[in-house]
Amino acid sequence: MTEHTASPRRGDHPAAPSADAPQVVETMTGAQSLVRSLEAVGADTIFGIPGGAILPAYDPLMDSVKVRHILVRHEQGAGHAATGYAQATGKVGVCMATSGPGATNLVTPIADAYMDSVPMVAITGQVSSKAIGTDAFQEADICGITMPITKHNFLVTDPAEIPQVIAEAFHIAATGRPGPVLVDIAKDALQATTTFRWPVETSLPGYRPVTKPHAKQIREAAKLLVNAKKPVLYVGGGVLKANATAELRILAELTGAPVVTTLMALGAFPDSHPQHLGMPGMHGSVPAVTALQKADLLFTLGARFDDRVTGKLDSFAPFAKVVHADIDPAEIGKNRPADVPIVGDAREVLADLIVAVQAEHEAGRKGDYTDWWVKLNEWKKTYPLGYEPAPAGELSPQQVIQRIGELVGPDAIYAAGVGQHQMWASQFISYEKPATWLNSGGAGTMGYAVPAAMGAKAGVPDSVVWAIDGDGCFQMTNQELVTCALNNIPIKVAVINNGSLGMVRQWQTLFYNQRYSNTVLHAGPEHDGVAPPPQGTRIPDFVLLSEAMGCVGLRCERPEDLDAVIKQAMEINDRPVVVDFIVHQDAMVWPMVAAGTSNDEILFARDVRPDFGDDLD
Amino acid sequence: MSKHTLSVLVENKPGVLARIAALFSRRGFNIDSLAVGPTEHPDISRMTIVVNVEDLPLEQVTKQLNKLINVIKIVELDQSAAIQRELVLVKVRADNETRSQIVEIVQLFRAKTVDVSPDAVTIEATGSSDKLEAMLKMLEPYGIKELVQSGLVAIGRGARSITDRSLRALDRSA
Repeated sequence: MTEHTASPRRGDHPAAPSADAPQVVETMTGAQSLVRSLEAVGADTIFGIPGGAILPAYDPLMDSVKVRHILVRHEQGAGHAATGYAQATGKVGVCMATSGPGATNLVTPIADAYMDSVPMVAITGQVSSKAIGTDAFQEADICGITMPITKHNFLVTDPAEIPQVIAEAFHIAATGRPGPVLVDIAKDALQATTTFRWPVETSLPGYRPVTKPHAKQIREAAKLLVNAKKPVLYVGGGVLKANATAELRILAELTGAPVVTTLMALGAFPDSHPQHLGMPGMHGSVPAVTALQKADLLFTLGARFDDRVTGKLDSFAPFAKVVHADIDPAEIGKNRPADVPIVGDAREVLADLIVAVQAEHEAGRKGDYTDWWVKLNEWKKTYPLGYEPAPAGELSPQQVIQRIGELVGPDAIYAAGVGQHQMWASQFISYEKPATWLNSGGAGTMGYAVPAAMGAKAGVPDSVVWAIDGDGCFQMTNQELVTCALNNIPIKVAVINNGSLGMVRQWQTLFYNQRYSNTVLHAGPEHDGVAPPPQGTRIPDFVLLSEAMGCVGLRCERPEDLDAVIKQAMEINDRPVVVDFIVHQDAMVWPMVAAGTSNDEILFARDVRPDFGDDLD
Repeated sequence: MSKHTLSVLVENKPGVLARIAALFSRRGFNIDSLAVGPTEHPDISRMTIVVNVEDLPLEQVTKQLNKLINVIKIVELDQSAAIQRELVLVKVRADNETRSQIVEIVQLFRAKTVDVSPDAVTIEATGSSDKLEAMLKMLEPYGIKELVQSGLVAIGRGARSITDRSLRALDRSA
């Protein structure tokens, strides 16, 4: 079957021949065929680094006017940039690398994109087909290596296959549950003379994603929703991927049910909306976590019951029936059995649900959640997100992030690294629109922020893009600021510099008796019997480092300078800007559900368990 | 835990076996037996996989398998509605005294003697796991020198074919 039932989505590159477009047939090299195929599927930006095996492809790439190649400094940067590009634009992100180490350097971003269902195509050179399997120079079995972390991958040794494989790779990456696809092309296939044909027919008899939900299941779901007393719309990244945020808002307002958005779904429902309870999970808001625990119905849309959301699974949402809608049938019932399973694209599911709920309403059956909202509003009022002020004269990391969000506003795109700063960025910046929050949710890849912000800015150059990074993360991938500086990609980076691997340090504070083993980043050895100052060595100096990379480097150390420095950064648009925010190192992320414990054990702050009046129930 | 026989139709492409084997290992499922071979259609191979899991994990196995792009179709073959066969080749120690007894066992199980030498006979037998097990038990006292066994293959009873519809789909996409 070539005709997939997939509805057109962002990033869908249909390659099926249409009657009015005559097929192009031309003789050229495999490399030229590759570039022509990439142009034909609509790839406009590629992040990559050339090398021996992929070299033939870089020659015709130089002449392409449709494809912009951005030369990164490390292949990992190329991969995350492709992810950032995809998350911000909705199109398939593309990265390119050579064989062996070039390809293996893509492994982390590929795994990251797989965990977060990001449409990405990675193109790698491979040694000549005759050398495959001989341990040739720069040979790595990248198809074997990436088998468990790609949606699919291809090894191409016949140049005639290149157009079809590229069409199939983009189709697989963008449709159904999106994900990364790797195309490994042998060097001799790139060099050989072949025939380029376009459009090409795809042949994927085993790939038929179901997007249209089952009508009976939709009716069942609508019935449960109007009959529930304490429902929660549990919204995951699938709603963003399906472009279904408008439909989500209609359903939410139609029913009046509360909404929680997971870390991958921030922006799917406006944070400022009165029906929004916040983010569920380990560092979710008390109202969101508690609403799921006390709910009688989880109305799950494009979410996957990740362990960071559920906490200890057996005690998660113990009173709730579950409606679970997802594009991937394997997610349904994987962690939590579903009472009403719905396989389908979130947008079609929501569109059908709206109609079904309206039908229920017309029949006089409308959910009454008044009592539920009394409790929810009480929790929202009693347990709002907040933080302890920093010691006098010091910057609090939460305040820095909150002020960036307030001054920069909800039109900007924010990309976070992984750790405390990521959680604070999820908590203290208000996300009102889709595709404004990029982060590494499933894989938790430190170093994601800078290259992802670069990819987003390259894809949406008119948007302001801020990377909210930690000093640990920043030291993993900051080299891509050179790429930004040289390619007119003026991103802004806030380094939330607490001098330590803050999230790990937080766990050491809470669970390892404050023994800070290897989490202090800027402590140095004693020299001549003199210990380094307690505030650390300030190695590296992020301002000097940024200046060296062609960026503007700023530093902010005092609360009274905060707004001025943020505004100064906002005004620089011809170069990347890095602001080194020196924040106090003992700030912790609250609320918190400790790993492996029940969400009922959520702590609002250290040693403070919310009182839900359970004894009165 | 119970045994389930899955018939998996896959595209006949390089690396498909590795994809399936790797999926089983990374999702923590054990394969009891696996047999791969061509079908009546040159573009389709068929795998028969026996897994030992509970019903819920079985659902996960089939759903995860279905996500592999090269997997076209998965059918669980119910033991009572399918013919299941394994092949065994077994080399048994035999001398002039025991050879005729061994040949008698071979006949009882409708197996075949495929090679004879002065001190051994090699037997070929097909059948259900139970039958082969019973035969091997009878042969054991004589001394089993070497044994090789195929994975289980299975096909549903009756006129219906699990490949029909998949082949039509494949033809349309060709």
